[in-house]
Amino acid sequence: MTQSISVNGAQHPIPNDPRVTLLDFLRHDAGLTGTKKGCDHGQCGACTVIVNGIRINSCLTLAAMHDGDSVTTIEGIGTTDNPSALQRAFMEHDGFQCGYCTPGQICSATAMFEELANNWPSDASGQLEGKIEITGEEIRERMSGNLCRCGAYANIVAAIQAVATEKGS
Amino acid sequence: MRPFQYNRARSLADASGIISDKGALAIAGGTNLLDLMKLQVEIPEQLADINHLGMAEIADTEDGGLRIGALATNTAAAVHPRVRSDYPVLARAILAGATQQLRNKATTGGNLCQRTRCFYFTNVDQPCNKREPGSGCGAIDGIAKLHAVLGTSDQCIATYPGDMAVAMSALGAVVHIAHEDGEERTVPVADFHCLPGDTPWRENVLEPGEIITAVSLPAKVAGTQIYRKVRERSSYAFALVSIAAIVEIKNGLFSRADLAFGGLAHKPWHDPRIADVLIGQVPSEKLFDEAADILLSGAQGFGENDFKIPLTRRTLHAVLAQAVEQAA
Ligand SMILES: Cc1cc2nc3c(=O)[nH]c(=O)nc-3n(C[C@H](O)[C@H](O)[C@H](O)COP(=O)(O)OP(=O)(O)OC[C@H]3O[C@@H](n4cnc5c(N)ncnc54)[C@H](O)[C@@H]3O)c2cc1C
Ligand code: SF4
Ligand code: FES
Ligand code: FES
Repeated sequence: MTQSISVNGAQHPIPNDPRVTLLDFLRHDAGLTGTKKGCDHGQCGACTVIVNGIRINSCLTLAAMHDGDSVTTIEGIGTTDNPSALQRAFMEHDGFQCGYCTPGQICSATAMFEELANNWPSDASGQLEGKIEITGEEIRERMSGNLCRCGAYANIVAAIQAVATEKGS
Repeated sequence: MRPFQYNRARSLADASGIISDKGALAIAGGTNLLDLMKLQVEIPEQLADINHLGMAEIADTEDGGLRIGALATNTAAAVHPRVRSDYPVLARAILAGATQQLRNKATTGGNLCQRTRCFYFTNVDQPCNKREPGSGCGAIDGIAKLHAVLGTSDQCIATYPGDMAVAMSALGAVVHIAHEDGEERTVPVADFHCLPGDTPWRENVLEPGEIITAVSLPAKVAGTQIYRKVRERSSYAFALVSIAAIVEIKNGLFSRADLAFGGLAHKPWHDPRIADVLIGQVPSEKLFDEAADILLSGAQGFGENDFKIPLTRRTLHAVLAQAVEQAA
């Protein structure tokens, strides 16, 4: 039986060479180049994708380890005609300059909202239990795994904060 | 990456059989191993993927403690309701490490076995006794900012870089290890990692073919729990010094002081003499200094990391003062 991974709802067979990372699989085998390779060592977050609802660095895992999993990449989050709330907010707030880190930032922030909805604490949370207030400090800590070489951080935080406010109201 | 054979282990015995071969390793989250395989620091011929062995459960134990499966992710452990309420030092230690994406993939077993972040170890063009026995230690006279000040040897001065195990060590947690023959043994987290001595390549007590199945925490004890991590930036950096503390003060006297230190040695550092100094005494700056004197009496810096010695003293003061304040 061929092993496969579901990417944005479509099945893609897992390549034979076990060395292929999930990141290279997405870009080369599935042909979805929205997910970016920055460092290839788990340090920059450009390769962030959502696997079974959880955000991970796709460069530090093997495609062979994800048989039967469901992956959402930036291509599955929105389209040019129908962008997600975060994608719109990044455009409105100038949340990027070159745009290389942006797919990872948006995948990361998309999953971050789920984590917040579950009240998962972070290093910046005053309390480990109870409801978490989405402050700028919380956003910065939770997004610290996504580096931006252009330093668009202030606007990235503003874009995410705008969506947080939208969701809250 | 060098070519390797990938095996999805079907059972613990299967995984154990595969990794008892020299040149074979277990892979859990992969966040440390694949990083090192790309750098060719690790060049396994075979991998045993242990992710389908059902060891991700976190469950209450009969004695009121908690058993965290080896495959439970760092996130799953940190957000578990009982970890948050009864073992906050552990939740805090995990949340102070890496990033959300990494913690979502990193596992309890993998985190315990993560390798040092010594720059010479990860650069195959440099000498390193840990990676290549007998090649020398680049760090002793080189870039050693992250390196150890306690328990070093003339072979290796690397640190164990993790946070989770420091908290587990202070909590008196125990590692459950399955042997190839199906037997299980247990080792306290405090004794799981080794000092470098003459065998710096040996980082922990695992024998070939052994697999960590879980870590169990004893029942909650009274007292304040603190994890303080000092690092070069406020997020997403390894510890220069960290302290996990479970401290209780009764009638104005220390009645419990379970402390473990990260960033100082090849293992989470534990010194039973600190509790002996503190317990039964009235908290004071002078007493904190006595505790620091004992902890640091054998400390030796290597130039770049000399700062860790006064930094540890100040951090210990801060943690004990915070415990006193919270108990008030
Ligand atoms: C950029 C970056 C920053 C980081 N920052 C921090 C930090 O601040 N603090 C911190 O603590 N950590 C940090 N980490 C390290 C991270 O926590 C570890 O990579 C992770 O915990 C390893 O777990 P894993 O499951 O991915 O292990 P793997 O990579 O799968 O395995 C690591 C090792 O453990 C062995 N192993 C795994 N599971 C078992 C088992 N059950 N039994 C026996 N052997 C086993 C493997 O054979 C391998 O040798 C960071 C990592 C990166 C990449
Ligand atoms: S400190 Fe240890 S790990 Fe680092 S170069 Fe020396 S021997 Fe290698
Ligand atoms: S490419 Fe994966 S974290 Fe940088
Ligand atoms: S926009 Fe250029 S790297 Fe972030």
